[in-house]
Amino acid sequence: MREVAIIGIGMMKWGELWEKSIRDLCVEAALNCLKDAGTDRVDSITVGTMSSGLFTGQEHLASIVPDYLGTKNAPAMRVESACASGGLAVKSGFMEVASGLSDFVLAVGVEKMTDVSGGEATYALATAADQEWEGFHGVTFPGLYAMMALAHMEKYGTTREQLADVAVKNHFNGSMNSHAQFPMKVTREQVMNSVMVADPIRILDCSPITDGAAAVLLTTVEEAQKITNHPLTVISGIGHATDTIALSQRSDLYSLKAVEIATERALKMAGKTIENIDFAEVHDCFTIAEIMVMEAMGVVKPGQGGPATSDGFSSLEGSFPINPSGGLKSKGHPVGATGVAQIVEAVNQLRGLSENRQIKNAKTALTQNMGGSGGSSVVHILEVK
Amino acid sequence: MQVPRFWREIPKRYRLEAGKCSKCGYIAFPQRLICPECGAKEFDKMNLAGKGKLATYTIIRVAPEGFGDQVPYAVGVIELDEGIRTMAQITDCDPETLKIGDRLVSKFRRINEEGKTGAIMYGYKFVPDVGI
Repeated sequence: MREVAIIGIGMMKWGELWEKSIRDLCVEAALNCLKDAGTDRVDSITVGTMSSGLFTGQEHLASIVPDYLGTKNAPAMRVESACASGGLAVKSGFMEVASGLSDFVLAVGVEKMTDVSGGEATYALATAADQEWEGFHGVTFPGLYAMMALAHMEKYGTTREQLADVAVKNHFNGSMNSHAQFPMKVTREQVMNSVMVADPIRILDCSPITDGAAAVLLTTVEEAQKITNHPLTVISGIGHATDTIALSQRSDLYSLKAVEIATERALKMAGKTIENIDFAEVHDCFTIAEIMVMEAMGVVKPGQGGPATSDGFSSLEGSFPINPSGGLKSKGHPVGATGVAQIVEAVNQLRGLSENRQIKNAKTALTQNMGGSGGSSVVHILEVK
Repeated sequence: MQVPRFWREIPKRYRLEAGKCSKCGYIAFPQRLICPECGAKEFDKMNLAGKGKLATYTIIRVAPEGFGDQVPYAVGVIELDEGIRTMAQITDCDPETLKIGDRLVSKFRRINEEGKTGAIMYGYKFVPDVGI
C-alpha cells in the first residue's frame, strides 16, 4: 500500500447560503482546495453526500462535480454513510491512491440543506435512522440523541450543565473560526434556557442546518514532495466500523460501539495509542455525542466525558483539545461535508496555521465522523512529517 | 409512506410478530433472515406479549413531517419481558410524569396518516400498565 499525503484543503464560510447551489458549493470548495495544493491535477473524484436527493432533488453528483469542475470525463463516485459520508469520501480517496489506481484524488463532501423547509430537512435527516422501526413512530434525530442522553445521565450521573459545557467550549473555539456558521460565544445559562427540542436536548445542544462543502486533495508522498510547500501531512491510520441501524437494538443505550471499534482500528493501523494523539475533531452533532465519543475513543473512562468537559480537559488549552474548529455545533453541520471539513481543520492545525485557535505542538490528529445515531463511524489519524 | 411498504410490515405492526432463532433462541423483532448472534437461518414465528418497562425516552417537541399535530409526544425504548428492546410512542399519560423503569403495555393505535395517499397507518404504541 502506498503512503498517502494530503496536499490541499479547501472550504468556505458555511451558513444559509441561499445564493449558492449544491454544484456551486462543490466547485468552490474544490477550487479552494486545488489553489491550496498548488496543482490542478485531478485523476479521480469521490463525493460524500448524505441525501442530495431529499435535500435538493438532485442525485448523480458523480457526474455534476467533474462536469462543473472542468474535469470532464474524470472518473467520480458518490459514497454515502449518512452523516459519515464525508469521512467515507476521504477513506475512498485514500484507497484509490494507496492502491495505485489513481495518483491524485479529490475528495469532496457537500450538503445543501436549506433548499427545503425545516420539516422536510428534519425528515431527510431522520432517514439516517431506521425508517421502518424508528422513523415510523415519529422519532427525530434530536430525539434519538435525547434518549441516549437520558440513558447516559441515568447510568453515569451526567448532568445538564455538563452537556451545556460542550456547547460553550465549541462555540468559544468556533468564535475564532472565520468559516463557522455560528461564530458567537454562548454561556451555560443560554444553552440551558434555550428552546427544548427533545427533552433533555435543547436547541443550543444541537448542531445546525447548514449549507456547505469541503474538499481535500490526496496523493502519494512522492508526488506531494515534488509539489507542496506545506509541511507534509499524511494519513497514517483509518478505522471504519458499523453498528445496528436502530438504537434499541444496541448492546446498551449509553455507549457508541462503532466509534470504539473504528478508533481501535485506526490507532492499530497507525501503530499508536490514544495517548499519542495531540487533539481531535469529533462528531458533536449533539452535545451528548461529544461526551459519548470521548468515552468511546478511550480519551476518558466511561462516564467521565461530562466531568472532564466541565474541568476543561478538552478545551484548547486542555490536556486533550477536542473540536478546535468549533465542531459541528458552531462551525455548522452540512452532513456530507462534515467528515471532510474535520480533515481540513486537522491539516490546518498540523500546518500550524490556525491562528488564535492553534493548538501548540500539534503533530498527530484524530478525526471522528459518525453516521446516524452511531450506526457507522469513520476515524482518520493524520500526522505531520 | 406508500401502501405496500406499510402493508408488508402489518404482521409486526399489528401483532408484534417476531422470530425466535431455532438454534440459539435469539428473538428478532423485527424478524430477520439471519440470526445476528449465531448465524442460523431458521426461525420459529412467535408473538410478543407487548409488556415491558421503559429503558429511556424523550418528549418530541419539534416533529418531522406528518407528526406536527401530535407534539408534544413521548417516544421511548421499551425493554420487553422477552428480553429484547423496541422503540415506540408512549401515550395515554402526561409525558412529563414518565420515569425510566415504568411498566408499559402495548396497544393497537393509529400512528399516522400518509399525506399523499391518505392511507391511515396503524401499529403499536405503549401506555402505562395499570393492570387492565
